[in-house]
Amino acid sequence: MALKTEEMVLNMGPQHPSTHGVLRLELQLDGEIIIDVVPHIGYLHRCFEKHCEAMTYPQVIPYTDRMDYLASMYNEFGYAVAMERLLKIEVPERVEYIRVIMGELQRIASHLVALGTYGADIGAFTPFLFCFRDRERILHLFEITCGARLLYNYIWIGGLSHDLHPDFIRLTKEFIKDFRPNLKELNDLLSFNQIFIERTANVGVLPLETAINYGVSGPNLRGSGFKWDLRKDDPYSVYNKFDYDIPIGTGEKGKVGDCWDRYFVRVKEMEESLKIVEQAIDTIPDGDVTSAIPKRIKPPEGQIYTRVENPRGELGYFIISDGSLNPARVKVRAPSFVTMQVFSELCKGWMVADVVAILGSVDIVLGEIDR
Amino acid sequence: MKTAEEIFNKLKEKFGSSIIELKTDKPLEPFILVNRLEVDKICLFLRDERDLLFDSLMNLSGVDDANGEKIKDETGLETINGGTLSVYYHLESTNLRHKLTLKTSTEREKPEVVTVTEIWKGANWHEREAYDMYGVVFLNHPDLRRILMPYDWEFGYPLRKDYKNPEFYQGMKVPY
Repeated sequence: MALKTEEMVLNMGPQHPSTHGVLRLELQLDGEIIIDVVPHIGYLHRCFEKHCEAMTYPQVIPYTDRMDYLASMYNEFGYAVAMERLLKIEVPERVEYIRVIMGELQRIASHLVALGTYGADIGAFTPFLFCFRDRERILHLFEITCGARLLYNYIWIGGLSHDLHPDFIRLTKEFIKDFRPNLKELNDLLSFNQIFIERTANVGVLPLETAINYGVSGPNLRGSGFKWDLRKDDPYSVYNKFDYDIPIGTGEKGKVGDCWDRYFVRVKEMEESLKIVEQAIDTIPDGDVTSAIPKRIKPPEGQIYTRVENPRGELGYFIISDGSLNPARVKVRAPSFVTMQVFSELCKGWMVADVVAILGSVDIVLGEIDR
Repeated sequence: MKTAEEIFNKLKEKFGSSIIELKTDKPLEPFILVNRLEVDKICLFLRDERDLLFDSLMNLSGVDDANGEKIKDETGLETINGGTLSVYYHLESTNLRHKLTLKTSTEREKPEVVTVTEIWKGANWHEREAYDMYGVVFLNHPDLRRILMPYDWEFGYPLRKDYKNPEFYQGMKVPY
């Protein structure tokens, strides 16, 4: 006589250490196998877009910090690029260089959190501490520049709030010198650790066509083997002056687009970011960083969609101006929001423990999903 | 690479009166205004036609045009009567490297637009967000629920320009 079987629904989160914030997953299980995942979001909704409509344009900047709180610099960067295109402002070259330096340092800091917590999620606790040690030095660089460690309000429309600290260049050079060996250490500890590879290689494969159809972007898209990076493919700021590569997933340990590929693309991206920062601090021009900041910001009537390559992918700002001092509409296309949709496709057929491995590899930030 | 004008002419030839107009007068980005009930067919054509290949939906955004008649209600707060809500689609071809903006408008009292979820799966949550914030109903959408607001939110659509806060939510006073 056949045994009666039944599907089970298991709730994971919102308070769960490996959901990286307040994400609730409703898992439909057949024993230990995932049949479907229904994500429930919105626990961190702070009405960012509604707030914007009551603010003047410069007042929006501190709110953008609070979306992707691991990459605040880049959120400001994206907003500033969008507003400058809307207002048709030319920004001094020094400002653009500093923005690129800050943006790339932020990318390293953000990836360090992603990689460290990914290790911690699936049982490797030591690399987590090493990653946070290195990230702390980047946060120190930000702190001497603008006084804040996480939420900066540093990149303004048309300029920056402060010029670089006199020690900044020296400390950054020291950081780069120390960080390269640390990166190798991270590879030895985690990336090529056989236990880590067993947990991540061949797991949660994201085929390229699915990724594009879902609008997945950033390291997750590149992990599936597509050379697509807005810094090169839809250039903004001064990124075209630097020499760097776009790393993609190659299926070195398993299939192209598996968790390990998405993980390792981030490791390689940190090396490329170091290259950009090195070139930028060697060639940074002199100038005044506040000269182009407009006194009164009142853009003409119109609409613009601008996007930048955030550490998590394509961060888009859709801004509609009605010719007044407040935006009529600010919509943020948050990369994690879009990536989260593909998550249930990735999990189908894997086990409950793999959900944690897959969730860590797509690297979401709930602050930006919920806005 | 095709310009918005070339794409507009191609669409006009294929779909006729469903393609309403090409707007280039406002500064910056031109957009094509299309019929709200034909969006899915137009988008499918845009995705699959060999020299268009818009394989990626960058962004989908609901907007309150606030172009209706503004009236004061008895408490002195402004409400909007009539006018339109709109949905903007930002498309991109990763292969041919061109971009396009579509816009479709629907009346405020009964906002309905056809879904594009079948064409770009990534549209699913964007459309749910537009429904959540503006109350735009996407016809044939597989799973049209609120997404960012609580599932039991019954006080309207927060990003509409005439939205009013409720006095109480689950026994808590709202403007506390």
